[in-house]
Amino acid sequence: MTSEELQEIATTEKEKQAQHPHHICVCTAAGCLSAGSGEVKKALEKEVLESGMKDECHVKGVGCMGLCSAGPLITVDNTMYRDVKPDDSTDIVRSLEDGKPVKRLQCDTSAPFFTRQSKIVLENSGFIDPERIEDYIAAGGYSALLSVVTEKRPGEVLEQVIKSGLRGRGGAGYPTGLKWSTVAKAQGTGQKYVICNADEGDPGAFMDRAVLESDPHRVLEGMAIAAYAVGANRGYIYVRAEYPLAVKHLRTAIRQAERLELLGNDVAGTHFTFKIEVRLGAGAFVCGEETALINSVEGKRGTPRPRPPYPAQEGLWGHPTLINNVETFANIAPILRNGGEWFSKIGTAKSKGTKVFALAGRINNTGLIEVPMGIPLREIIYDIGGGIPDGRGFKAVQTGGPSGGCIPADHLDLPVDYESLAKVGSIMGSGGMIVTDEGSCMVDVAKFFIEFCMSESCGKCVPCRVGTTHLYHLLERICAGDSEERDLATLEELCDVVRNTSLCGLGQSAPNPIMSTLHYFRDEYQAHVIEKRCPAGVCHFADQEVKA
Amino acid sequence: MRRNGYQGHALIEALHSVQEAFGYLEPEGLRFVAQSLRVPLSQAYGAATFYHFFTMKPPGRHTCVVCTGTACYINGAPALLAAMEKKYGIKPGETTPDGELSLLTARCVGSCSIAPVAVFEKDVVGKLNAAEMVARAERYVAK
Repeated sequence: MTSEELQEIATTEKEKQAQHPHHICVCTAAGCLSAGSGEVKKALEKEVLESGMKDECHVKGVGCMGLCSAGPLITVDNTMYRDVKPDDSTDIVRSLEDGKPVKRLQCDTSAPFFTRQSKIVLENSGFIDPERIEDYIAAGGYSALLSVVTEKRPGEVLEQVIKSGLRGRGGAGYPTGLKWSTVAKAQGTGQKYVICNADEGDPGAFMDRAVLESDPHRVLEGMAIAAYAVGANRGYIYVRAEYPLAVKHLRTAIRQAERLELLGNDVAGTHFTFKIEVRLGAGAFVCGEETALINSVEGKRGTPRPRPPYPAQEGLWGHPTLINNVETFANIAPILRNGGEWFSKIGTAKSKGTKVFALAGRINNTGLIEVPMGIPLREIIYDIGGGIPDGRGFKAVQTGGPSGGCIPADHLDLPVDYESLAKVGSIMGSGGMIVTDEGSCMVDVAKFFIEFCMSESCGKCVPCRVGTTHLYHLLERICAGDSEERDLATLEELCDVVRNTSLCGLGQSAPNPIMSTLHYFRDEYQAHVIEKRCPAGVCHFADQEVKA
Repeated sequence: MRRNGYQGHALIEALHSVQEAFGYLEPEGLRFVAQSLRVPLSQAYGAATFYHFFTMKPPGRHTCVVCTGTACYINGAPALLAAMEKKYGIKPGETTPDGELSLLTARCVGSCSIAPVAVFEKDVVGKLNAAEMVARAERYVAK
């Protein structure tokens, strides 16, 4: 495969697409699929065939379009339709003939939900067919990889990534360029690995899933560029078994890329070799932690290892290993295509680029969004998210999953970047953003998260295994109205111990949801403990009737 | 197993295949995998019990998984579970005595935008409420 050949594939594909004057794209990502987009696609294909428009109209399945709450979504040429049913296909196909869009189904794409976003990671999502490599190549795919392996030295690639200021999108925000340089410099037997962390365990987060389902080649390209830069020749993608569609698309994508010699031996006729294998997770949250993930790839129980040595020095089977998140890899190809400087102009001083968030919970527009770093929370929730349903009031937004915290209304004008979120006791996390309204009890929410951490604790270190259990029991007693005031002090003390003495990120961050709710919603805790009532009416106390 | 060259690190992949074929990990299957990959049985058993995805109990004829991720929790997953418990008398992780229906929970199935979600066999169903949940379950059991 040479650049010319790649160009040829792109041109042929574009010509092929131009043969059809009309294009219908049906979202077949998980959200819309469960809303019935599979049947919609079938109905549309049948309708196109029956009305004799086979040569004029092409129906294809594409990735996530973002506004999952209005699924199934489809786009017909430049018009987007929402809540499409199979029965609507007649009207939609007829609209192609008379040129008048179907008003009742039309989705307003000039709404803030669409206009306030800026897409880098999701640029192809919703436009290309994730199961066809040609579609990705026509959208400019793999051109970055080819120019890297044929024209650039590994050092030059590192330089661009460092210049871009990209930070790890998995949650902690470690500078990606620095991580790559460490692995590139690491000495050893010469064997190095690249691992893509696609074990998206945070409940309420589905960004990585959407990227893998909608644009799997983008991740493969990013991994291959990383492998070239650090000198690795094998890669693993560790993906959750709960995402069967993502696994299927990834496997297809790897096969296609190998067939075109974009992966495998001697990529593009050079001496660069890179093979990628998919490894399935088996439902363990702790495997999102990098050392636990390495153990799991090796076929062991997913328990973390003490660091240092960091995986960059001694990772998979003792060899230097680069581990990055899906979204981090998805940013790589655009950075090399447009240069690190271009990327560094987006976002804030310390947090560059964009971030994909999964907006869920008590909010009107749930779905997947990509926004520049530094955007205020208020804009995400009220403009893009469309506010809270049923006229209720906003209470808090939870970011970072079980390791994050709850941010109350006072901090809504906070810019979304790594440092600002850390300052208010939460974290950026992988991008789950869950909105709660007045109907949620914050003590109950904290209990939910600590129950999660308790059951997901791998049991290797004592503070986490025993500490989270005690925290859970304390909260259970508070929620049942069986607590005294000093329990709150015990709670705080225990949080501190668990945070400071646990081995890995899971334990260290497990108390975050409790600490942040205790800080911002202490009155709710006190209502439970002293007045024995739950202000939101969620918790039921055993010894008394629930007050209406 | 052959695909991975009988290497010990393919343990989890092998267990996935066994569970996919038999619906659960039976002791003989576990022993066979451990022997073929030459890993200690304790390590195979360790992995099988460590990961939530693996189950060593035979599932019912129908399975119903209720998502208990954050978004589903806030939007009413506990009510779905309570309704199922009232109707069938089974808690998460249990199977009805006649072996017809297993009720399971998942950490998050990643369809948070249509919360609360349940998965019947392989169909993901969103925006559920308690009555609808029970009605759906009845339809599946009747099949």
